[in-house]
Amino acid sequence: MASINLTINNKTYTVDVDPQMPLLWVLRDVVGLKGTKFGCGMSLCGACTVHFDGVAMRSCTLPVAAAAGAKNITTIEGISENIDHAVQKAWIELQVPQCGYCQSGQIMSAVALLKTNPRPTDADIDSAMMGNLCRCGTYTRIRKAIHRAAEIMG
Amino acid sequence: MPKILNKIFDNEPKLTVDRRNFLRMTSLSGVALVLGFSSKGGKKELYAVGNMADSFKLSPYIIIENSGKITLMNPKPDMGQGTFQSVPGLIAEELEVSLDKVTILQTSGEKEFGMQVSGGSYSVRGNYFELRKVGASAREMLCTAASNQWKVPVGECYAENAKVFHRPSGKSIGYGDLVETASKLPVPQSPKLKDPKDFKILGKNYQRPDVPLKVSGKAVYGIDVEVPGMVFASVEHNPVFGSKLVSFDDTETKKVAGVQQTVKFQRVIGKNKYDAVAVVADSYWAAHKGRLALKTKWDNAGNDKFNSKDYEQSLRDLSKKEGLVVHTQGDFDKSFATAPVKLEAFYETPFVSHSPMEPMNCLVSWTAADAIEVWVSAQGPDLVKDELAHTLSIPRDNIKVNIFFNGGAFGRRLYPDFATEAAHISKAVGKPVKLIWTREDDTQLGPFRPLTFSAMKAGIAKDGSPVAFQHKVISPSIDATMEEKRNETGESSNMTEGISSQQYELPNMKNEYVFSEFPIPLAAWRSVTSSTVAFAHECFIDEMAVKAGKDPMAYRLDVLLKKDSDTKKLLKKLKEVSKWDRPLPKGWGRGVAQYEFFAGLSGHVVEVSTLKGGGIKIEKVYAVIDLGTVVNPDMVALQMEGGATMALTAAIKNGITFKGGQTEQTNFHNNPIVRINEMPEIETHIIADGGATIKGVGEPGIPPFAPALANAIFNATGKRIRRMPFDLNKV
Repeated sequence: MASINLTINNKTYTVDVDPQMPLLWVLRDVVGLKGTKFGCGMSLCGACTVHFDGVAMRSCTLPVAAAAGAKNITTIEGISENIDHAVQKAWIELQVPQCGYCQSGQIMSAVALLKTNPRPTDADIDSAMMGNLCRCGTYTRIRKAIHRAAEIMG
Repeated sequence: MPKILNKIFDNEPKLTVDRRNFLRMTSLSGVALVLGFSSKGGKKELYAVGNMADSFKLSPYIIIENSGKITLMNPKPDMGQGTFQSVPGLIAEELEVSLDKVTILQTSGEKEFGMQVSGGSYSVRGNYFELRKVGASAREMLCTAASNQWKVPVGECYAENAKVFHRPSGKSIGYGDLVETASKLPVPQSPKLKDPKDFKILGKNYQRPDVPLKVSGKAVYGIDVEVPGMVFASVEHNPVFGSKLVSFDDTETKKVAGVQQTVKFQRVIGKNKYDAVAVVADSYWAAHKGRLALKTKWDNAGNDKFNSKDYEQSLRDLSKKEGLVVHTQGDFDKSFATAPVKLEAFYETPFVSHSPMEPMNCLVSWTAADAIEVWVSAQGPDLVKDELAHTLSIPRDNIKVNIFFNGGAFGRRLYPDFATEAAHISKAVGKPVKLIWTREDDTQLGPFRPLTFSAMKAGIAKDGSPVAFQHKVISPSIDATMEEKRNETGESSNMTEGISSQQYELPNMKNEYVFSEFPIPLAAWRSVTSSTVAFAHECFIDEMAVKAGKDPMAYRLDVLLKKDSDTKKLLKKLKEVSKWDRPLPKGWGRGVAQYEFFAGLSGHVVEVSTLKGGGIKIEKVYAVIDLGTVVNPDMVALQMEGGATMALTAAIKNGITFKGGQTEQTNFHNNPIVRINEMPEIETHIIADGGATIKGVGEPGIPPFAPALANAIFNATGKRIRRMPFDLNKV
């Protein structure tokens, strides 16, 4: 066990955990932020995607000790106060989710993409979003919603 | 369909009173209009009460409190198919309330709500009139209450936005202020339903109330639930199906910080019982680490000889046997023997996993020696109650089930084996236990969708018309892997779903089923057996068209479907929207398929192109679904998009195989699902001509997709695909 300081959604937490515990489980079970999901435990599905200083990263294989190096970890709960981030607005407008379980991760990847590429092409979207699996099959809507979010962001 | 789904179509609510559970569920007090069904007098009737003390007498679909708060009960768990909106929407439409102004609660398996399983594409069509009637009855009572209060004719009153209005004067009163008097009025048993032209919710692209929750991390899935004092469990199961636990050593496990204890128990799924060891810890991570440190010794008892390659060969051998005749018309044997042109083909499909994104999990707390509370993502609270009551031998009424959003289900969450696991572990440790399966557990342990192999025969006349047709299915049976006793009639009907009931006019037909024993649990998977048998059926129809020298669309429409039918209407629509007769660029091809089965009717046209250097690219998918009546067209489009995506995975990814008695795949790297870059555009069209029959939405988008794709590949390349999965890069 070790005492580790984390900055999550611009708030500081001190957690006393196994330093090898993946950030995902610290977020969910220690800090209590349940929006980030467990899907595969091997960085294969993207359900656990968060931002490590703005960069999309899988939290299910990232030891919490390594996450302590981030200036800020952003989770789905941290991207807007009132569900009004452009990506969330676009997602609602296009009614993207079905079961919704993968959508936190999809949205975190989409937000990170638009930060570095405000006008992505379909190919840009495909390559940025390839790591996020959706079993329900919302992919074609995700593509449209990212274009729409880019529009909303202006 | 499998026994588990048959129950869905037996939708008669059992109206026994379960007061304690009901009061626990609602925990409301005070004055209210509570409306639902009751069996008072032995007949199921709409019934209202004005206070919660009496409310246990009925299943309250509507609760309007005097504060104005409106609660609607949703009996159908949402697993992504939209029942969180579509089912309460049936009530809200007639009640004249907007769904964003109401609280939607999931029922908890109380018997008075009847069947509460999401499955069989039945949730909307099974409730379309009944739940509208509930809403309309409440609306009429509220209007009558207002007219009495105002001393005006009820005909001058109308309801809108949770208020009753007096048309001549324009005055209005909120529902909350009417509940006390409304609840004392006689309950209209045959209220007037709204004219569909006045619908505000039904038939519209209504924004689903779950979407904002799902884009903000606020939607609660079973895996997210916590209760005070709970501990976590991870379970080591038999690696080889049927192996027995000889011993285990948890010395190293117990050295892991946070691990509390280990528990030996049995996983029960249908008739199958498998040894398992749970590691219980104060965090999921500690339980997982402790499990990795666990040493187990298994006796495989000969079960490690089983493998897919030999099993598949045994099915090919069995195909030469005469099967059980499941359908016959005319004289197939004679017509085939004398047919001028004969066609035979053999089709093969794989086992596949459900792989919902939320791995199986369940939280259980024992509240007394014979009572438990359960928090779980499952397709039916009543299924969970039935299973737990049976497996744990405790009274059904002592089980409280709380259902949450399902992070995908696709049939997997019809089988609550993981709930009984959590219950066993919780009992042993004397604490609430949250069990979470790993993705590896989810991928390896099943139950899986069965494969089916199909031996096809057709006799064709000189003019190209069919004179004989046979579809023989060779497969394991879902029910036989789950039920103690085999039911040959049931299994042969389930495993040949739809092959004898397509609208095609085939004069002489003899369809057969050959059963094969299988040692691993199998399950319904979205669209069940139609997901595999349609591949053989519709590709073979294509082969017949080619043999007859006809265009596959024209062959279906002009030769096989001379009479009008829903299928003919569907194919005509597909022909029109896909512009079937439009020439395609060089190297492209298009294919068509349709399938009608218990869930409904849909069809696809798929367009593909051949890539330079080999391989196939899917360019465009056209989907048409025949519904009769539609509740949320946009949700239907989503289901068709999702159906095609899931069907594509089953068609082109490797699926599940067995070696040494074990599942070979473990996680998404070796059991892949399609990714965003592999998914083409899908254009959905809905036939909603108000036909008398309302058809299902969730499943019909699966079966025709793979055959339409394979037929398109044939059209583009001349290569006939008769085995799934196939690799688009190697065609």
